[in-house]
Amino acid sequence: MSTSAIVLGLLLAGLASYFIGAWRARNLARKTEEKLHSRPGYFGGYLAVWTVLPALILSLIWGGAEHSVVRTIVKDNLPESVQALTAAEQTLVLGRVNAIARGIPNLSDEDRETIKKARLGFSTMDEAQRVLQSRGVVMGSAPAPYMISAAYDQVSYQSTSRWASTGIALVLALGGFLYAFSRMAPKLRARNAVESVVLGGLISASTIAVLTTVGIVFSMLFETIHFFQFVSPADFFFGTVWDPRFSAPGRTGEGQFGLVPLFWGTLYISAVAMFVAVPVGLLAAIYMSEYAGPRVRTLAKPMLEILAGIPTIVYGLFALITFGPFLRDAGAGLGLSISASSVLTAGIVMGVMIIPFVSSLSDDIINAVPQSLRDGSYGLGATQSETIKRVVLPAALPGVVGAILLAVSRAIGETMIVVLAAGIAATLTINPFEPVTTITVKIVSQLTGDLEFNSPQTLVAFALGLTLFTITLGLNIYALYVVRKYREQYE
Amino acid sequence: MAITANPGRADRTAIIRKGIGRRYAAERRFRFFGIAAIGFALAFLLFLFGSILSNGYTAFVQTSFQLDVNLDKEVIDPTGTQRAQDIRNADYTLLARRALAARLGVDTSNRPAMREIGGLLSRDVDITIRRLVQADPSIIGTTVPVWVLAHGQVDSLMKGQVDRTLTASQRRISDQQLGWLDKADAEGFLSKRFNTGLFTYGASSSPETSGIGVAIIGSLFMMMIVVILAVPLGVAAAVYLEEFAPKNLFTDTIEVNINNLAAVPSIVFGLLGLAIFINMAGLPRSASIVGGLVLTLMTLPTIIIATRAALKAVPPSIREAAYGVGASKIQTITHHVLPLAVPGILTGTIVGLAQALGETAPLLMIGMVAFVVEYPTTPLDPATALPVQIFMWATSAERGFVERTSGAALILVFVLVCMNLLAVILRRRFERRW
Repeated sequence: MSTSAIVLGLLLAGLASYFIGAWRARNLARKTEEKLHSRPGYFGGYLAVWTVLPALILSLIWGGAEHSVVRTIVKDNLPESVQALTAAEQTLVLGRVNAIARGIPNLSDEDRETIKKARLGFSTMDEAQRVLQSRGVVMGSAPAPYMISAAYDQVSYQSTSRWASTGIALVLALGGFLYAFSRMAPKLRARNAVESVVLGGLISASTIAVLTTVGIVFSMLFETIHFFQFVSPADFFFGTVWDPRFSAPGRTGEGQFGLVPLFWGTLYISAVAMFVAVPVGLLAAIYMSEYAGPRVRTLAKPMLEILAGIPTIVYGLFALITFGPFLRDAGAGLGLSISASSVLTAGIVMGVMIIPFVSSLSDDIINAVPQSLRDGSYGLGATQSETIKRVVLPAALPGVVGAILLAVSRAIGETMIVVLAAGIAATLTINPFEPVTTITVKIVSQLTGDLEFNSPQTLVAFALGLTLFTITLGLNIYALYVVRKYREQYE
Repeated sequence: MAITANPGRADRTAIIRKGIGRRYAAERRFRFFGIAAIGFALAFLLFLFGSILSNGYTAFVQTSFQLDVNLDKEVIDPTGTQRAQDIRNADYTLLARRALAARLGVDTSNRPAMREIGGLLSRDVDITIRRLVQADPSIIGTTVPVWVLAHGQVDSLMKGQVDRTLTASQRRISDQQLGWLDKADAEGFLSKRFNTGLFTYGASSSPETSGIGVAIIGSLFMMMIVVILAVPLGVAAAVYLEEFAPKNLFTDTIEVNINNLAAVPSIVFGLLGLAIFINMAGLPRSASIVGGLVLTLMTLPTIIIATRAALKAVPPSIREAAYGVGASKIQTITHHVLPLAVPGILTGTIVGLAQALGETAPLLMIGMVAFVVEYPTTPLDPATALPVQIFMWATSAERGFVERTSGAALILVFVLVCMNLLAVILRRRFERRW
């Protein structure tokens, strides 16, 4: 049985044991005429937890590990000629074995016979290929005999593993059920037991956030270290030429991976975006929190929320098909040559995307400035705008800076707008009318299409990702620290 | 003393009087800047919607021919045995061409003219007729009225997206074809009909038979996975952090992590998915299960933060009342606090789901940029997602895809705005002031 079927079965068993437990508890109470320690539902929960939990944990771990364990065994059993190949070629071989293994369950008996003959040398491998192809296994060339043996091995290991995991899960579930059932007594502290399991569940759910961060860091760190075996860190961080060439198996060490032009493009576009987003967002926030009457507010606030709810792909599309050509034509009218995908296009559209982000954060911060400060300023005869400029904004400044930093980190990590509107040529230019490219664009372009996991062309995406993650993490931590410190100041 | 002080006060008043006009002007200017900022945002929003709408509304109709197709027995079923294989492999394109030629009064033996006729019809016209015949083989030999799709170029021309005054090679429709089209249009058997195909077709190289069907199913699978995983996990994490967690290093780490994850670039989650779910766990590329898992991790912080805010809004008196009648902490939370926090949690969940539905970048990393024709039946099958489909169309040049790109964007924005509105309405409706 597959892992998902086991899980489903266990959940059903859990449901059943819940009712059995509750029923048993009521019976016990009636028979012994003792008062139950917990309500019957908790006894049901106790029984269900013992039935489901151990078996569930085991089968999830088993299901997660099965793939890599089987793969390792199959790999170790490959003939010596294959063991001598490079890691990349071995991956290719294993991929083909895997493809054949997936096709095997679809074969008819007749087909199996054909393949068996082919493997033993009674007929040609081309015959085997034809049979497999007719069953949906697409192959570029005829398989080698050892591949078919390995595929059969893989299938048999897999089915053994499935049987074993099903069996063990069954034993654990039954054992848990019997143990818990035998402990059923009116005095059993079922509620405490169930509640501590629930609490454990809550704690483990909240650690997922930590696990995700750890997963992000480690997954990228390993691939990055791998990448630095091909390209030296100095060439990556300080290189001024980005020219990765084509990704092709067996071709390594070619191409230049200089981060500087990408980093420059990222910063340039983000700067243009902030140039749009900060004044507009901040002024909009000030107007809404200090001036606007309820009518304007009920209209403008949802509008900004709609801006925030538009997915970035739609902004990108807008930049690509409307705003870029619009800027180009407008530039042509003024005698400027603006290319359709330029720093300006991507920057302005990204700035608009960030406006609601800046304005809603600033709105919160401005609202947090105590009214007494404003009243003091009015009492000295200042006008409303003087109060805002000389009292409210200075008081809110640290928080606003934090908000802007969060917005910068958003701009740096933004992907779809720049993929569609910024261009792909990695150039170092200060002309805002020319296209530049960004870190995120290059991550996308290096990782879409066919992947070859042992070439620097692919691995560089992880190094770029780690760089991006480090920058945004630093910005976020600092910004959150500033915002939080500021909030506490007036609370 | 009084004599010297009085002129000074008068001076000061004069200075203030003199300055007051300037200060009021500054006040008005500042106010104007505020209005201008909001106006700018509003104008851009209108520009954006206007652009997508004007580019995309045409995608909802598609040009079709109404033909009386003679399902010639000689062509479909020459042996008269109605073998499934014969019916499958018959030349339905020929039948469609003959029907169109007959309608236009063109001699079917004129081969160059027939080729031109064929150019007016969609390349997948055979599929429509084949389905009809396969559904009911008894109609073989009769003449049936069928609506068949016109070629993408014809569609663009009929929608006025191609300039008729261009030379034949530039507009990729010959003068002869143009004449036929005008005739067909005048006689009423060529017309624009509502484009159901946009919602049902999968990927195709011809714009007229490509649609967002596969993408919708992929997105639905992913949303299902996000709901199943992210909501319970997020609520559980929020309950722990808000109601149980002691103030110590461990819980501080978790809090910092959650706040950070909410701000990590989405593309980084895609790299995580590629490295862990695909390379390490061996899940298939392009499958909606991987997309769902990645989006789950992305949505978790949103749900956790929203749930915590909702839990915080439940007043302590409710908890104390529950403790007072002997409830345990978990009973208090599950029986009293959580039910009162449900509207807030729901709002946060819908907002998080809307974000996940519109997310593209991480899905590019895990290979959802795929040419998928068949509907996925399980989350393990290759699929695409709605925003990814928009991305793929956006990068193809043909005119027919441009309107589909905007049309799909229109659908996506419509769904997301609806979701966000639902969240706003829920918040307004169930918001409780304690």
